[in-house]
Amino acid sequence: MNEKTITCIICPIGCKIFVKTNGKRIRFTAGYKCKKGIDYAKNEALDPRRILTTSILVKGGEWPLVSVKSIKPVPKDKLFPILKQIKKITINAPVISGQIIIKNVLNTGVDIVATKTIKKQSIN
Amino acid sequence: MVELERLKMSDLEVDIAVIGGGPAGLSAAISAKQKGAKKVIVIDRNNWFGGILPQCIHDGFGIEETGKSMTGSEYAEIYIKKAEKKDIHLINETMVLKLNNNKDITVINRNGLHKIRAKAIILAMGCREKTRWTTMIPGDRPSGIFTAGVAQAFINLYNIMVGKNIVVLGSGDVGLIMARRLKLEGANVLCVVEFLPNPSGLPRNVVQCLDDYDIPLLLSHTITCIHGRERLEGVTIAQVDKKMKIIHGTEKKIKCDTLLLSLGLIPENELSKAVGIKIDNLTGGPIVNQFFETSISGIFACGNCLHVYDIVDNLSKDAKNTGQYATEYANSQNKGINNNNKYIKIIPGSGIRYVIPQRVTKSGKVHFRLRVEKSKEKSTLRIVDKNKEIFNKKLNFVTPSNMIGFNFNITSELLKSSKNLEVVLDE
Repeated sequence: MNEKTITCIICPIGCKIFVKTNGKRIRFTAGYKCKKGIDYAKNEALDPRRILTTSILVKGGEWPLVSVKSIKPVPKDKLFPILKQIKKITINAPVISGQIIIKNVLNTGVDIVATKTIKKQSIN
Repeated sequence: MVELERLKMSDLEVDIAVIGGGPAGLSAAISAKQKGAKKVIVIDRNNWFGGILPQCIHDGFGIEETGKSMTGSEYAEIYIKKAEKKDIHLINETMVLKLNNNKDITVINRNGLHKIRAKAIILAMGCREKTRWTTMIPGDRPSGIFTAGVAQAFINLYNIMVGKNIVVLGSGDVGLIMARRLKLEGANVLCVVEFLPNPSGLPRNVVQCLDDYDIPLLLSHTITCIHGRERLEGVTIAQVDKKMKIIHGTEKKIKCDTLLLSLGLIPENELSKAVGIKIDNLTGGPIVNQFFETSISGIFACGNCLHVYDIVDNLSKDAKNTGQYATEYANSQNKGINNNNKYIKIIPGSGIRYVIPQRVTKSGKVHFRLRVEKSKEKSTLRIVDKNKEIFNKKLNFVTPSNMIGFNFNITSELLKSSKNLEVVLDE
């Protein structure tokens, strides 16, 4: 049995929810004020995920970087391995917001997409 | 987007001139155009539009407005595209120097000095970060000290890393988000130091930006000295007591090369003050009526130069209404929206930090926004007229970091009979 205290982030109250888990199932929770809190604590205890946002180098663009995000939340323990993957990449301008930059990053089933439009640098 | 060349700006006449091309300015301009204003311009001193949003690459924007979470840059692009589609003149790299009572605007850019005459002006200059000098942190003056937003611009826009070993002072949301951002970029974030006994940012950010990465949050602590000759070498931190006094003997030196300051935001109102617009000392922004009109007829204010918002969704919504009211003013040439002689003053009472609008000049439904002074589990919001309660609303959980909005109908009788209404928060 693993014991954890999870701070709920669903609303500004920030309940401290106490959970016991065996890694597959939640056994006991306390400290929550609503049902949303139970669901949150469950996900957080068994499969914590986060949206990853960062940036990627751009060549020949009006900005040196394009901001990107994981289109869906990725497992928390994959954040740094994904970042490492992203760091290896440089893309050419133009980039359009929503454009897929990495498909199925590290086999997570999640794409990394651009969140900004970067035009080609104009030649003055 | 560069209107500079196309638009011969000397002695330009427009219906609506918006000062500032961030989310508030864009939202107000789009709404003005939708409501029938013919010529709408947005003036910005930067070479891009969207204000601070393009550097906010984290997500969580637009949830209330659209139901889905997006990044700041995505949110900004939606508004920029809409503005371009609506044929709004976006004038960038142009700085407003002066306004006057007749709504003449003096601007300067690469092509020189210009005069713009507007039927109505919308102020949307945004806000600025507090610096080391606002809080007077003693010590040396080395390089390596940044406000959190400046560091954010360096890292997210210009690809310039600010340092390796980092201390963050202030646990406001920008500070928390930057602590995570630096960690993701490979920096060593030593701690976040907060003067207050509780974090100033949202619990969500404390969890996802600090707890997730084991970044220590030192509550009831402050920085008492900055060390370093060329580059920052370290800071001295100390504990503070309940009266916010430094506890001597608790000083500790932390070695670091970079200090990020997240000390809060101040509405930017140099232009407003210079033209004589009355400022509310509590918000740092103009005093407005329910039409977002300032103390000068025909000059309106919205966004973070009015008061610092909690989330952009609320800001855009108010700015949209500002655009509508400014257009009604410009189209009717109605000098009477803001009857400054007769109005009800809205006064923040006990438990309330501030209320917007500060004046009600016409009867009808009014939307109020306010911030409370302290967090409370259960409370009742009341409007009091001469010691008599005329409105109450039960609230479940309130905190200073989340704004509260509510509607209240000001009847014409009330407008006639009352001079002041007090808004209070009770246990």
